[in-house]
Amino acid sequence: MLTLKLAARNILSAGLRTWLNVAALSFAFVSIIFLQGLYEGLNDQVERSTVDALFGGGQYWQNAYGPFDPLSLEDAHAPIPPPLRKLVSDTSATSILIRPATFYPHGRFRSILLKGIDPGQTILSVPSHLLRTGHDELPGLIGARMAKGAGLKKGDVVTVRWRDTHGTYDARDVSIVEVFRTSVQDIDNEQVWIPLDRLQELTHLPDQATIVVVNRSAVPLNEVPGWEFKDLGFLLRDLHSLVRMKSVQGSIMYLFLLFLAMLAIFDTQILSIWRRRKEIGTLMALGMTRGGVIELFTMEGAFHSVLAAILGSCYGIPLFAYAASLGFELPAGTDNFGVAIGQRLFPVYSPALIIGTTLLVCVVTTIVSFLPTRTIAKLKPVDALRGKLV
Amino acid sequence: MQNSALIKTENLEKTYSLGLTSLKAPDDVTLTVTRGEFLGLVGPSGSGKTTLLNIIGSLDAPTSGTAEVLGRRIDSLSQKEAAGLRNGHIGFIFQTFNLLPVYTVYENVEFPLLLQGVESSRRRQLVEEALEWVGLADRADSRPVQLSGGQGQRVAIARAIVKKPEIVLADEPTANLDAANSHHIMRTMVQLNEELGTTFVFATHDEKVIGYLKRKITLIDGRISKDERSDQPPLAVR
Ligand SMILES: Nc1ncnc2c1ncn2[C@@H]1O[C@H](COP(=O)(O)OP(=O)(O)OP(=O)(O)O)[C@@H](O)[C@H]1O
Ligand SMILES: [Mg+2]
Repeated sequence: MLTLKLAARNILSAGLRTWLNVAALSFAFVSIIFLQGLYEGLNDQVERSTVDALFGGGQYWQNAYGPFDPLSLEDAHAPIPPPLRKLVSDTSATSILIRPATFYPHGRFRSILLKGIDPGQTILSVPSHLLRTGHDELPGLIGARMAKGAGLKKGDVVTVRWRDTHGTYDARDVSIVEVFRTSVQDIDNEQVWIPLDRLQELTHLPDQATIVVVNRSAVPLNEVPGWEFKDLGFLLRDLHSLVRMKSVQGSIMYLFLLFLAMLAIFDTQILSIWRRRKEIGTLMALGMTRGGVIELFTMEGAFHSVLAAILGSCYGIPLFAYAASLGFELPAGTDNFGVAIGQRLFPVYSPALIIGTTLLVCVVTTIVSFLPTRTIAKLKPVDALRGKLV
Repeated sequence: MQNSALIKTENLEKTYSLGLTSLKAPDDVTLTVTRGEFLGLVGPSGSGKTTLLNIIGSLDAPTSGTAEVLGRRIDSLSQKEAAGLRNGHIGFIFQTFNLLPVYTVYENVEFPLLLQGVESSRRRQLVEEALEWVGLADRADSRPVQLSGGQGQRVAIARAIVKKPEIVLADEPTANLDAANSHHIMRTMVQLNEELGTTFVFATHDEKVIGYLKRKITLIDGRISKDERSDQPPLAVR
């Protein structure tokens, strides 16, 4: 208790240097929380929009289907079994047929996935209603990344070629009815969305599908032979690890900030012990133990983090509140054209994040403050009084 | 008589190595100080006065020989025990005052009591008493930088005596003071010695201090060359 009071007293009297350190440390504090909150928000947002655009409330996969195995795609189709068909007709689910194909934008060659989707579906946020056109042309919908990569725009006509189940090649011209913007790459990159019934007809796969996406309120069915249900936990796993990796990459920046702040504190501690060695001798002469002196100096250093937390909350809390309520425009796709289905990013500042960061910074500061005090442990009172430091 | 021996040293030596040669100061010092003495270690610069004082104060350790303070062998105390001894029983007065700059006069004087864990109302009483003694009750809220040299040293004296220690060790307490202030603080200490029975040990070569001593131990090259007593020191008569 006494040491705490003394430490507070000393550090507050140390003036400008203290405040410079505190300012640097509070900046580290605030940026850690700010960026981490941004990543948590990003995680949430990406999850939300991916669920909206792709996963729904979970997917039934035809047994041969594996999203990372393009070869399996040839066989990944089957007639929609009655229980799933019922869900679809109840508008609790929508079926998607996925076929590998080749795309020839401007005469160049691109391997893509043709995805058949019901233009009337409401399960996913893919703007499939734009595919409701006359029967004389084959409408296609692509994302902004795909459009940019292939140099396409609304109104372009592109040849698409595929192989049907008998191994025969067939081809059609697709006219791009719209380009949509989305933050979800998995409905965009190298994909062309066309009406489901047209794809079934062109590939001679009537009433067949590759996956069936259910809505979020659907009750999972028991067993559907030949199909396997993948819940959101499974579907989102890769996404979560991707965001986690990004957040680790982002943390390098603020770890660097923290490192600088720690360097400043370390330096201050060394300087302060050196400058106050006579005071240390006096404290010892007055009967303070070495342990007491070490505790005092460690606490003085650690006190920086307490002040930094206070200062940081002065400008951090309004900043976080502002960011969390207004959010940030999320760059969807690579360019500002097309129909946007991207959303705003709202950072999430959870108590766990704030408390965890505060604890982390306090602990690190305390350790960094303690390290230079080891010189005191070897210090003899006479030497300290004489102004000598080993 | 044996009972009242506060400080006892036997064949005390401290060897400093100076490159190829070495130097002993103090050198074979055997000395007994009894309760209530007002004693000074005098002698030329480098004769070992400060070193001897520091060993007695358990701030420094002898190379050989023994030192006993308040019946405890200080040459074998752990640093914690030594801190406890200083905290409880020994007051220090330094040539450079060594006040803690961020604290007020009051807090500087209060500090040893805080270390001892004295309860707050008792603390207040003792601090006020000590400031009264040195005549600085009205400067309680000043900072050390706002004080004159004489006032600073008086605060240091108040800090040394506030816990009513058995022993006060003062190393050149007047070296940074003018004559008037030197006499002022010496008279204060004589009075404390007489009224509280506190034992004072000085290290000095200041004639103004020497004039107040009731016992004068002269060190030359680390050895005791003279040990004189006078019941009527020339300056102490009031
Ligand atoms: N840390 C040290 N290393 C080497 N020699 C030292 C050290 N401390 C003191 N000495 C030497 O020991 C001798 C005694 O020193 P001390 O400070 O005790 O003398 P003193 O009598 O107090 O002198 P002064 O009157 O100048 O204060 C001196 O010759 C000094 O040079
Ligand atoms: Mg000296």
